[in-house]
Amino acid sequence: MDGAARMTAIFKEHEADLRVNTKWWASRIAIYTALFIWMVVCLFPILWTITTSFKLAPDVMKGNLIPWWDFTPRWKGWESIGLSPRLIGEVSTVREEFLKRFWNSTIISISAALLAVLLGSLAAYGLSRFSYRFGFMKNSDISFFFLSQMILPPVVLALPFLILYKSLGLLDSRIGLILLYTLMVLPIVIWIMRDQFQGIPIELEEAALVDGLGIWGAFTQIVLPIALPGMVAAFILSLVLCWNEYFFAALLTSSNASTLPVMVASQTGSQGINWWSMAALSSAAILPLVIVAIFLEKYIIKGMAAGAVK
Amino acid sequence: MNTVGDLLHTVTADNISDGRKRLGKSMVWGSALLCVSLAVFQAAYQAERISIGFETWRPILYAYMLWATALCFAQVIVNGEKGKRTLFVLPAALFVISLVVFPLLFALYISFTDWNLASPNGPQPNGWDNLVQMWNDSFYWNALKNMVYYVLAVGVEYVIAFGLALLLNAQIRARKFFRVVFLLPLMLSPVAVSWMIGKSMFEVRFGPVSRLIREFGGEPTFFGNPEIARFMIMAMDAWTFIPFMMIMLLAGLQALPREVLEASKVDGASGWQSFREIVFPLMLPVSVTAVVIRIIFKLKLADVIINVTSGGPGGATDSVTSFIFREYRDRSNVGYGTLLAMVYLVIIVIFVTLLLKLVSRWMERPA
Repeated sequence: MDGAARMTAIFKEHEADLRVNTKWWASRIAIYTALFIWMVVCLFPILWTITTSFKLAPDVMKGNLIPWWDFTPRWKGWESIGLSPRLIGEVSTVREEFLKRFWNSTIISISAALLAVLLGSLAAYGLSRFSYRFGFMKNSDISFFFLSQMILPPVVLALPFLILYKSLGLLDSRIGLILLYTLMVLPIVIWIMRDQFQGIPIELEEAALVDGLGIWGAFTQIVLPIALPGMVAAFILSLVLCWNEYFFAALLTSSNASTLPVMVASQTGSQGINWWSMAALSSAAILPLVIVAIFLEKYIIKGMAAGAVK
Repeated sequence: MNTVGDLLHTVTADNISDGRKRLGKSMVWGSALLCVSLAVFQAAYQAERISIGFETWRPILYAYMLWATALCFAQVIVNGEKGKRTLFVLPAALFVISLVVFPLLFALYISFTDWNLASPNGPQPNGWDNLVQMWNDSFYWNALKNMVYYVLAVGVEYVIAFGLALLLNAQIRARKFFRVVFLLPLMLSPVAVSWMIGKSMFEVRFGPVSRLIREFGGEPTFFGNPEIARFMIMAMDAWTFIPFMMIMLLAGLQALPREVLEASKVDGASGWQSFREIVFPLMLPVSVTAVVIRIIFKLKLADVIINVTSGGPGGATDSVTSFIFREYRDRSNVGYGTLLAMVYLVIIVIFVTLLLKLVSRWMERPA
């Protein structure tokens, strides 16, 4: 008896321990319930869109949701943008239209992100290492000047740019959008990169200078390789912002250079209850970034966390 | 240019000959002269003073780019090592100045004209007429009032985001999975979201949510009623941007000093006490950064509104940006639209400056 009593004490089945135990379980359940609810909130719209792209009209009306169980997936939605197993070998104008927009989006967002990372990293490095003076502006003023561009709402620039681009012949051109998007993400890149460069010890460059490299040599050969993960983070964050940008694209492009969001937006009105094709188009527009999010999540989080924690 | 106080010291003995300096200066001034003379030439052509000219202003843009490049190179040619340092910041600075400052000055000019792209007359300065029109434009004030609501909604977003960050920071399994899932909404373009959620899930006849509401015997209206419509826009915007704040707050939580939390546990603080007394105060700087950045993003809100409600019903969901967008789309009213945008910019700058001042005074540290 005595031994058994001690055993229970060892296995923590004393009344007070049990109370802690139930409390622990209760908090577990609460945490996982909350996580699960928010997971549904996040995933349901995506799931809904992707399944709808495989539905026919009656399935949409009836609100069937689970493929193979309450509706049979069909390719009708994807056929409307020419991307289905049946149509993939054939010539399709809708597909060409879609691919053109897709290609525009890809080129514009990648070039803008690259340009922003290039300009932004250089500026951030300079600001974190040297002290400048342009007229009355010192380093902190220059940093503030760059970062304050974040406040500038796009609508202020939109109409002047419309007129400027018209007179420059840049309306409806990819270059025009690339320039604007670079401008838009530049402050964010500088913000992230400044944080990155401040974390790199200056002794490294001093050693490189002693060994005979110039400041640009030290920057490209010593600092850049170390700062590369940060640059990737800034690049991906810029890519996401540029890919999703709608406002400038809607105002400044019409047929030639318009991007995927503009195409999605222009179809919403005209399609009516033609949900499957809209769903297919939306899915195609979001899928690249969903894939990016799944595989490069680490970098996205790194980019957004930079600067938040000092 | 003063380089005293560099973190990275360089010792250089530049011996720049007079000839090299002259070359650098002549490059800058030569290309500037080319740019200005081309601009004058083209302006004369546009004003029909001379008969030959370019079709567009593009050559002037090229000349401008030539000048900018020459300016960058001349830094090194004239100043040697010192110029190489300038070269880090100069390209970005030139880029921003030419793409922001010039258009802003231009915007200031057009905002005091009656420029309508549909009219053949071109811009005619009309003094204070636009301002007077703005003063009497109830839709603009209404849009500004809506922006106040939208900005206030950031508070609710913050609470939810903080909750989620705490959940992700707790001892859970499959943390990476949940993190990716919670991040997904941020990846989606607002335009796609406005179709996925606004136009299909909340569609009144066949949307799954309306169906659910009918099951419970309610009658769904989402975008017919002004209050509900505004709430829906807020919800959709929150859905996309909560992950943004969540990740910043999560990074803050993970950087909290472990010792302090453990000490509080040893001292017998309950979960709520340690959150209120330790976690929340320590998280204040991160929270403020996240909220301020979120507010700045919120002030640009437009995509969802343009695509879901286009401001309706009766302007109840209009943001300033979407209102100006329609002003241009429907009436091509560039002059008036630009004035509204400029006024909005002034309001934003004042608001954000006050906000930052307030925050830094309140936290007694520079924001």
